Amino acid sequence: MAESLVLIEHDRQQVKRSSLHAITLAQQLGGEYELLVIGHVVNKISSSLVSLGATSVIVADDPALAEPLADRYATVIAEAVRKSGAKNILGTSSTFSKDILPRAAALLDAPMVTDVVAIEQMDGSISYRRPINAGSMFAKVKVEGERRVLTVRAAAFETPAANAAPCPIVRFDVDAESLPNGMRFISREERKSDRPDLTEARVVVSGGRPLKDKETFERLVGGLADALGGAIGATRAAVDAGMAPNDYQIGQTGKVVAPELYIALGISGAIQHLAGIKDSRIIVAINKDPDAPICQTATYFLVGDLYQIVPQLIESIRRA
Amino acid sequence: MKILVPFKSVPDPNDATFAGEAASASKSVINPFDEIAIEEALRIRERGEATEIVGVTIGAPSVDEQIRAALAMGVDRAIRIDDARALDPYAVARILRAVVEKEAPHVVIMGKQAVDDDSNQVGQILAGLLGWPQATFVSSIEFLDNKTRARCTRETDAGLEVVELDLPAIITTDLRLNEPRYVSLPGLIRARRKPIEVLTCDQVGVNVRPLTTVLAVARPPKRPAGTRVESVEELITKLKQEAKVI
Repeated sequence: MAESLVLIEHDRQQVKRSSLHAITLAQQLGGEYELLVIGHVVNKISSSLVSLGATSVIVADDPALAEPLADRYATVIAEAVRKSGAKNILGTSSTFSKDILPRAAALLDAPMVTDVVAIEQMDGSISYRRPINAGSMFAKVKVEGERRVLTVRAAAFETPAANAAPCPIVRFDVDAESLPNGMRFISREERKSDRPDLTEARVVVSGGRPLKDKETFERLVGGLADALGGAIGATRAAVDAGMAPNDYQIGQTGKVVAPELYIALGISGAIQHLAGIKDSRIIVAINKDPDAPICQTATYFLVGDLYQIVPQLIESIRRA
Repeated sequence: MKILVPFKSVPDPNDATFAGEAASASKSVINPFDEIAIEEALRIRERGEATEIVGVTIGAPSVDEQIRAALAMGVDRAIRIDDARALDPYAVARILRAVVEKEAPHVVIMGKQAVDDDSNQVGQILAGLLGWPQATFVSSIEFLDNKTRARCTRETDAGLEVVELDLPAIITTDLRLNEPRYVSLPGLIRARRKPIEVLTCDQVGVNVRPLTTVLAVARPPKRPAGTRVESVEELITKLKQEAKVI
């Protein structure tokens, strides 16, 4: 019987790399673990997961599961957990897992801990550390009950090694007729970008309201990101002003990033934004206000006019 | 159509003490995401699609101030579940289920997360407990087919997604759904006459205890203060030689 079951996220083509980080928590918790893939025509995705040290890759493949509708996915997860007997149901924090896993927790009558960044084992009991109040504080919590659902912050757990002997892929039969039927997928609007994924990029360049408009944002933030081979992020204010799309938003209610290098252009550093960047190794702030809170968090800050500094910076990096 | 809007009282995220151990001592406000939910309910009523908006919150009498604020925005009446315990999403969702069963709304609209606890769970758990469809992180809502269905746009990590839900359903709000209105003076005066029903968990027939215990709360380690550089050249030198990141 597996101790943990890890929900794997994919985009119908391939596995979302950050979703593998939850496997590392399964390893820390100890015991055997299984991976669960839900979707339709996911053979390639499932076979990419066999070397991650799991006892098996469980695959629920059905046309009724082609799109990630929370009511159906939660039902499948709950059934898979009951069958496997897993005590820990894990996923990496994302809009996918945050949508589906609490619902699965409801079906399993289990408590849930969101955004785990570390665990502590003491006298046979486990406590979980998680950020609260926009990451300005950490809470250490414990949960009761036979089972628990946990999501992890990707930045807090490494990618697991993929060098284990291949495990079996086990088909999980789904009775499509019995699945909930109250939600329908209509459409999806996703931009394909040549830039790296924001949550996995080594370098992230991010812009705030002073970037003025979409074109300036793209020219300065996009230009610097491209010079460094990085991804683009934005503050809530920049997204609200229409300079950048919603999925660029970094912070308490957007994405959490932890790149090697984070460059903040025209960002004052509200705690809601800092919540999403604190674990970056090096933070550079370029800002006209030396008293902006971001200068307290940044590793290096340069005070001045973005419109002069950023083109110079792009030029110097390209020359180097 | 009847809309139920659950809301939470939280420390003011714009207050300087929010980011510290004394957060719970700072001024309380309606959770900003729940305020967006209230605003959306008001707009739905203003375009003639809803007849009643019921607010519900859980807490001690001290949260009455936030209840009055919700009533002043335009919520018709409110329920306070009188429970001063430190509740977790597990318990909150089970209390709300009892309220939903009592009120039988056509739709529940609530914030996607509370800005203090940041769990992002209650709406989804509530939907799971009720077996209702759900749309989370929603940035637009439209009712279709004589209000038997809702079409919602969701903000996801990859962009936007549109789903349709059969009603009754649970909808959780994201930031860009709307901008909540300010409370007006006439609104405040009207709010004084609006009813607040106070009920215990017993009275709504729910017996639940939280399964999560907070053992300790601490500040994360502070990042060392930043070094100011004076030029692009100096910045590049630091990034190359000191940080070794480019």
